[in-house]
Amino acid sequence: MKRKISDLSLTVLTWFFSAVTFAALLFLIGYILVKGIPNLSLSLFAWEYNSENVSLLPAMITTVIMVILSLLVAVPLGLFTAIYLVEYASRGNRLVKLVRVTAETLSGIPSIVYGLFGMLFFVTALGWGFSLLAGTLTLSVMILPLIMQTAEESLKSVPDAFREGSFGLGAGRLRTVFKIVLPSAAPGILAGVILAVGRIVGETAALIYTSGTVAKVPTMFSSGRTLAVHMYALSREGLYTGQAYATAAVLLVVVVGINALSAALAKQIGRG
Amino acid sequence: MTKQSFIERLMKGVFSVSALTSILAVVLICLFLFANGLPAIAKIGPLQFLLGEEWSPTDVPPLFGILPMILGSIYVTGGAIVVGVPIGIFTAVFMAKICPKPLYKVLKQAVDLLAGIPSVVYGFFGLVSIVPLVRNLFGGDGNSILSASILLGLMILPTIIGITESAVRAVPEDLYDGAVALGASHIRAVFAIILPAAKSGVLAGVVLGIGRAIGETMAVIMVAGNQAIMPNSLLKGVRTLTANIVLEMGYAAELHREALIATGVVLFAFILLINLLFSTLRKDGSR
Repeated sequence: MKRKISDLSLTVLTWFFSAVTFAALLFLIGYILVKGIPNLSLSLFAWEYNSENVSLLPAMITTVIMVILSLLVAVPLGLFTAIYLVEYASRGNRLVKLVRVTAETLSGIPSIVYGLFGMLFFVTALGWGFSLLAGTLTLSVMILPLIMQTAEESLKSVPDAFREGSFGLGAGRLRTVFKIVLPSAAPGILAGVILAVGRIVGETAALIYTSGTVAKVPTMFSSGRTLAVHMYALSREGLYTGQAYATAAVLLVVVVGINALSAALAKQIGRG
Repeated sequence: MTKQSFIERLMKGVFSVSALTSILAVVLICLFLFANGLPAIAKIGPLQFLLGEEWSPTDVPPLFGILPMILGSIYVTGGAIVVGVPIGIFTAVFMAKICPKPLYKVLKQAVDLLAGIPSVVYGFFGLVSIVPLVRNLFGGDGNSILSASILLGLMILPTIIGITESAVRAVPEDLYDGAVALGASHIRAVFAIILPAAKSGVLAGVVLGIGRAIGETMAVIMVAGNQAIMPNSLLKGVRTLTANIVLEMGYAAELHREALIATGVVLFAFILLINLLFSTLRKDGSR
């Protein structure tokens, strides 16, 4: 009897805590959307930001530019690293071990530390000031391990028979990599890239002291805020609660959409 | 040399040079943080810096003691563990061993969603919902260790659930079969046999969660009140190491600025330790 009761209470506890997790998510998303969507208005998407109309469009454009530039830097570097690790390096290679350890270290570093580093290196030591470029490169370093690790996993999942077949037909290593291995690994690599886009869009702490907080669309060497930084600035000022809700809703929908896309792609590899 | 083999060699070179980027990044990060932060620690005095109870950088003479922030970080992280670990472990066990299949898909997606929400959005949510709730239930102004702990506990859930779930799934079926053959019920076998066998994996998840919580910045700033004083109550405001950097870097100069970078160095040292612990535990788990 006693045993039955303790069994039952354990079962109830697992159901209960899982329900708590689920309810917390629903509450968070529901709360932000319900309060945010009514506050959305066309004026929030005006071309100019000023203190009367805290438009989020400049921040949105800055975010898109930031995403594209960071990917331009980090995707080739991460992908090439993965290709080296999986396709070229011999087993037990010391460099491979070191690369893995450093990538793991990088993925454990909090974004504020990246922000500090970006400020010390790009902004101060290289003298670029708060700028789009400094922000971009800081984020590129930050997403590098993510892209590298997902690309490595997807390259590894390509069966060796594919490579052997290609070599057997007389293709060189490079041709095998680009014509045979990469196309089969593409969905997984892409899923990682999209995950990285989500991280960039949601990032704040690494950007405040690298790309700065100016609410205009920047050039390469001027400061500009992304949507997440914009959101932080609005809620700090405390004057624009309605607009902050609306911005939060937009940010949430964008990031959740991006992550869903990545999950859908990752599922495709599972199937194929 | 043919053109073909030249290109082969060239690209091999490009690939191996790319592989050096992450090594270079780690070296540069360490170099710049330590070179800019350590001199300030030496100037202030390591003991005064780490154990000083007062942070008043604009006084004459200024005082740079970061003990309030170290304790602040430890308290909110501890709170996050108290909130997040039980919920996380039970949810992970539920997902791996108990829940019906259709429900699993929904829960898995929910956990992935939680992981994807940006920290400013978490922070804003905490500011408009958790802070008023704490204020109404317990008094005080709501910006407190308690609010930060609840919010961080929620934020580290996906980390703990993800790692715990895969650790629980990695336990060999024989153990479970043996327990059931000896007359244990399903739930008893799961909690008395499988979960203990997955111990080091679960611990690794908790440690990674600690790393997340201690490094979290924006969400904590928005709900913790940020007073740079020794924390003495769950309902009082507190400032973490991360918050200290973001809040004051904008206007700091000279030694004050260096002291903030040194705050980053202390944080970085915490993180490196935690990462080391994490990878040791994970190796234990896979052995």
